[in-house]
Amino acid sequence: MNPVTEFTPLASIAGGALIGLAAVLLMALHGRILGATGILSGLMRGGDARDWQLRAALVAGMVLAPVAILALTGWSPAITIPVSRPAIVVGGLIVGVGVSYGGGCTSGHGVCGNARFSRRSIVATASFMATAFVTVFVIRHLIGA
Amino acid sequence: MRLLSALLIGLIFGAGIAVSGMIDPAKVLNFFDIAGTWDPSLAFVMAGALAVAIPGYRLVLAARAPRFAPGFQLPDTKRIDPALIGGSALFGVGWGIAGFCPGAALPALGLGLPDVVLFVAALMAGLLAARGLKRLGPPKPARG
Repeated sequence: MNPVTEFTPLASIAGGALIGLAAVLLMALHGRILGATGILSGLMRGGDARDWQLRAALVAGMVLAPVAILALTGWSPAITIPVSRPAIVVGGLIVGVGVSYGGGCTSGHGVCGNARFSRRSIVATASFMATAFVTVFVIRHLIGA
Repeated sequence: MRLLSALLIGLIFGAGIAVSGMIDPAKVLNFFDIAGTWDPSLAFVMAGALAVAIPGYRLVLAARAPRFAPGFQLPDTKRIDPALIGGSALFGVGWGIAGFCPGAALPALGLGLPDVVLFVAALMAGLLAARGLKRLGPPKPARG
């Protein structure tokens, strides 16, 4: 059974605003798009040391965020992974190949690109949202997992 | 200061992912499940992010240069090509299968769950595989 999740409009808007704030700060201070795809693939590429350090610091901050929140507030987000291990591996591989060719993901295209009204990002976002809706429909209602 | 600010930006981003609920694959997959256990929350995440980023970018990009870099690095390509559309479509399929996107999975790593580590390892393998495929020839890559 697929778990029901609570509708959280206020927390989601607030969290979204933090994501937007991070994107604006990265542009204001470092002149970069805050895209997880670009940051991660650059981290795997090596190259310029200053550039690599910047990406490493960003990723370190992201990974440490739940730990920092727990230390400061005592709250930790409860998550449920409602899919099988094979689905995680297959999904992860497909996401990796897809975002590489598509040149970005939810953060790079969905937030940063759309925020500056990039035509490429608007097309990319429409494309990945559409196939995500279709994929979940097929898996949950046609195959009926 | 340069790296400390990047660490802080990563923390803010990760906190946003955690607080918004994007960090939870159950919530993400429910957003895409209109015909089932639908949870519209993620539309509010996007709305909150754009409500800050649209005016924020407008303000910031009007400046001459960022604080710690000589200039703004914005993608220069404007082409809508098969790689952009097909790659993004593929990403959506994987997102719908696993429930994680790259930006949500990185902060989720901090929760210390083996499944998240597995997803990020598969994601990195996918990025490497694509890099290898691009080296072999067309379709031309889009950088992001």
